[in-house]
Amino acid sequence: MINYIIRRIGYGILILIGVNLFTFALFFTVNTPDDMARMNIGGKRVTQDAIEKWKVERGYNKPLLWNAQKPGMEKVTDTIFFERSAQLFAFQFGSSDSGRDIGYELRQRVGPSIALAIPTFILGVFVVIVFSLLMVFFRSTYLEFWGVTFAVFLLSISGLFYIIVGQFLFSKVLKLVPISGFAGGWDLFVFLALPIVIGIVSRLGGEALFYRTMFLEEVGKDYVRTARSKGLSETVVLFRHVLRNALLPILTSTVAVLPLLFLGALIMESFFGIPGLGSYTIDAINAQDFAVVRSMVFVGSALYIVGLILTDISYTVADPRIRLS
Amino acid sequence: MPKLVFLATDIALYVLVFVIAFYVWHARRTPTLRQTWRGVLHDPAAMSAGVVLAIFLLIAMLDSFHFRPLLAPASGAAADAAPAYSTRTLSVLDALLAGPRESREKTYSVPLGTHQFSKESMLVDGKSVRDFPRLQFGGAHLKDPDSEWAGDVVRQSLMGVAGGILAAAALWVGVAFLRARTSRASLGDSLRAIWRRSTEVPWRAMLLTASIVAIFVGWVVALWPYYHVFGTDQTGNDVLFQAIKSIRTAVVIGSLATIATLPFAIVFGILAGYYKGRTDDAIQYLYTVLSSIPSVLLIAAFVLMIQVFIDKNPQLFDTGLERADIRLFLLAAILGITGWAGLARLLRAETLKLGELDYVQAARAFGVSDTGIMRRHILPNVTHIVVIVAVLDFSGLVLYEAVLSYVGVGVDPTTNSFGTMINSARNEMSRDPVVWWTLLAAFGFMVTLVLSMTLFASAVREAFDPRARAFRVRRAKPVPANLVVPAVIVPAAGL
Repeated sequence: MINYIIRRIGYGILILIGVNLFTFALFFTVNTPDDMARMNIGGKRVTQDAIEKWKVERGYNKPLLWNAQKPGMEKVTDTIFFERSAQLFAFQFGSSDSGRDIGYELRQRVGPSIALAIPTFILGVFVVIVFSLLMVFFRSTYLEFWGVTFAVFLLSISGLFYIIVGQFLFSKVLKLVPISGFAGGWDLFVFLALPIVIGIVSRLGGEALFYRTMFLEEVGKDYVRTARSKGLSETVVLFRHVLRNALLPILTSTVAVLPLLFLGALIMESFFGIPGLGSYTIDAINAQDFAVVRSMVFVGSALYIVGLILTDISYTVADPRIRLS
Repeated sequence: MPKLVFLATDIALYVLVFVIAFYVWHARRTPTLRQTWRGVLHDPAAMSAGVVLAIFLLIAMLDSFHFRPLLAPASGAAADAAPAYSTRTLSVLDALLAGPRESREKTYSVPLGTHQFSKESMLVDGKSVRDFPRLQFGGAHLKDPDSEWAGDVVRQSLMGVAGGILAAAALWVGVAFLRARTSRASLGDSLRAIWRRSTEVPWRAMLLTASIVAIFVGWVVALWPYYHVFGTDQTGNDVLFQAIKSIRTAVVIGSLATIATLPFAIVFGILAGYYKGRTDDAIQYLYTVLSSIPSVLLIAAFVLMIQVFIDKNPQLFDTGLERADIRLFLLAAILGITGWAGLARLLRAETLKLGELDYVQAARAFGVSDTGIMRRHILPNVTHIVVIVAVLDFSGLVLYEAVLSYVGVGVDPTTNSFGTMINSARNEMSRDPVVWWTLLAAFGFMVTLVLSMTLFASAVREAFDPRARAFRVRRAKPVPANLVVPAVIVPAAGL
C-alpha cells in the first residue's frame, strides 16, 4: 500500500514535469517574451526600448534555458526556465506581470474559494442523491418520467443562464440577497447563499441522471431481490441497501473533484464578485497576465494529481476487496 | 457574378456534411449498421429532435456559402475595367435576410416595438423635447402607432400563423401522399395510419414537430418585414437575426471540435491498446498530462497564444470576417487538441479487449501486418464508441462555448454567438427598465439546439450500446419520449 502510494506520487511528479515543460513551451517558445511585452504594453507602435524595459522589470530578458555568460551553476539557474518554471515545484510563484506576488495572492484567495466550494459540494451531493433516489423510488411512473424530462431540460441550459436569471430574480426583483460581493462574519451567508444555490441547480440535471443510472443498476441486483423477499419495505430497501452500495462508485468519483474545489468555481466567483482563485484566474486571463495563468495551470494540475491519488486510496477504504499493488 | 469566398470553417463544414453523407451511404449498405440505426429511426423523441436538428443544420449551411457581391461599375469607368467587389463578405443567409440585417436602429428597442427604448432630445415644431423617438424601420408603416399597433400586430400574426398552418397541412398531406404511393394504400388510410402511430417511422411525432416549427416560422415571416420581432440590441441590430447567425457558430464549434478530437483519440487510443508496453505508457503519460490541466486554463493558454499570433500577422487575413473566422476555426481545433483524452481512454480499453479475441489472434497468425489488423479488424469494431461519444460531446461543446466567450477566450467579439449574446445580456439585465429580449432569444435558440442534440444523442447511444436500454423510463403505455441517460455528465459547464 505504502509502496503503491509512493509510486503513484512519483508518477504524479513525472506528470507535473510534463505539464511544466508543456506550459513552458506554450508560453515562451511559441511566442517570445517580445510578443508578450508588445501585447501587454498594447498597441502596434511600441518601441524596442519599452519592450526591453518591460522584460527587464519582469526578468524576461534572460536566456530561455542556458545562460552561457554566467559562471558555474548560474548557467542553469539564471534563466527564464529555472526562475519561472522550475521554481514552481518549490511553490515559488514569483511575481505576476503586473508586479504583485502571486504566492501571497493565492494564500489570500484560497479562503473565499473554499467558503463557496465546500458548501456547494456537500449540499450538492446531498440534493442530487435525494433527487435521483426519489426518481428511482417512483420508477416506471409519470413522476419518474417528468423527473427525467426535467433533468434533461436542466442539463440543456447553459450555466450562465442560471446565474444571470438568478441574480435578476433574487437580487434585483425580490431583493433577498445582494447582487454580488463578499464579506466576513455573518454577512458571509447572505453573500454566498445565491451562488451556492445556483451552483447546485446548474449541476443537478447531469448528475442526477448519472446517479439514477447507478441506482437503477443496483436495483436490479440479487441482494435487492433478497431484501424485498424478506419483506422489507421499498423505502428501507432503497435507502439502506441500494444507497449504500451505489455510494461506492459515487463517492470515489467525487473524491477526485475535492482538490479542484480549491480552484473555486471560475464563472461563479467572477459573476458574484467573490475574491477567490477562480475570479483571480479570470481576471488574469482578461488582463493577459501570463505569469498568473501559468501558475494557475501548475496549481490546477498539481491538485488534479492529488485528486487521482486520493481516489485510488478511497477505493480501498470504501471497498476492502480492492487491493492496490 | 459575385466573387465566391471560402472561409476555413466553410470548407470544414462542407467536408463534414460530405463525411456524414458518406456514413449514411455506408450505413445503408451494411446490414448490421442499418439494423442499429433503425433503433434511432423508430424513436419518436429522437426523430422529432432530428427534424429540429436538420433545420438548424440547414441554416448553418446556408450561412456557410460566402461571397463578395459585385459592385456596380463606377460611373465613367472603362467598359473593360476589372470588376470591383464589395469589401464585405456575405453569406447566402445574409442575402436572404437582407431586410432585417440592414434595418439598423440607433439602439435598444423592445420586441415588436415602434419606439426607441430610451428617450432622446428631438426637435418638435421648433422646440426641443425629450421623448421616445419613432424607430426608423420597426413599425415604420404605421401612421399612428398608438392606435394602429395592436390591430396591425394581431392581423399580421394571424396571417402568419394561418400561413404556417397551411404549410404544415401541406406537409402532412405530402408525407401521407408519398407513403400512400409506395405502399399502394389510399391517402386517407395513410393519414389515419400516421395519426394512429401505426407507422414504423414515427411520422406523427416528426410532423407535429415540423408543424410547430412551421407555425413559428410563419409568424416570424409575417411580422419580420415590419417589426423587429425580438427587438434590437445596444447598437440597434436585430436580435433575432443575431440569434439565427449564432446557430452557425454553435454548429461549427460543436461539430468541428468533436471532429478534431477524432484523429488524436482514434490513432493514440488504438495504438496504446494494440501495442501495449512502452507505447501504451508513453501515450497514457501524454493524455494524463493533458487532462490534468484544468481545461478552461489550457484552452485559455492556447487561445492567448493564438491571439498573439493573429495580432502579429495581420497581413495574412484580407477581411475582418476572415480574421474572426480563423479564430473560430482554431478555437474548434484547440477544443479538439485538448479534449481527446476521454475518448482515447475508452478506445484504448476496448482495443485491449479486442486484441485478445480469437479473430485478431487468427489474423496475426495469418501474417496480417499490424497496421492491417488495426485498420481492418480493430477500427471497425470500435466505431460504435466513436459515434456515441461524438454525438454526446456536441451539446456539451455548445454550452462550453458560452462559458469560454464569457471568460474572454471564446470566439472573436465580432462573431455572432450565443456566448457573446449572453455576455451582453449580463449587463442588460441590470439595466432599469430591464432589457430581457437578448437573453430570451439566446436562451430559446440555445436550449432548442442543445435539447434536440441531447435527445438525439441518447437515442443513438441506446441503439449502439444495448446495455443502456435498461436505463430508459419504462412504462406500460407507449412512451411519448424515450429518455435515456447521457453516458457522460457534461463536464463543460465549468461551474
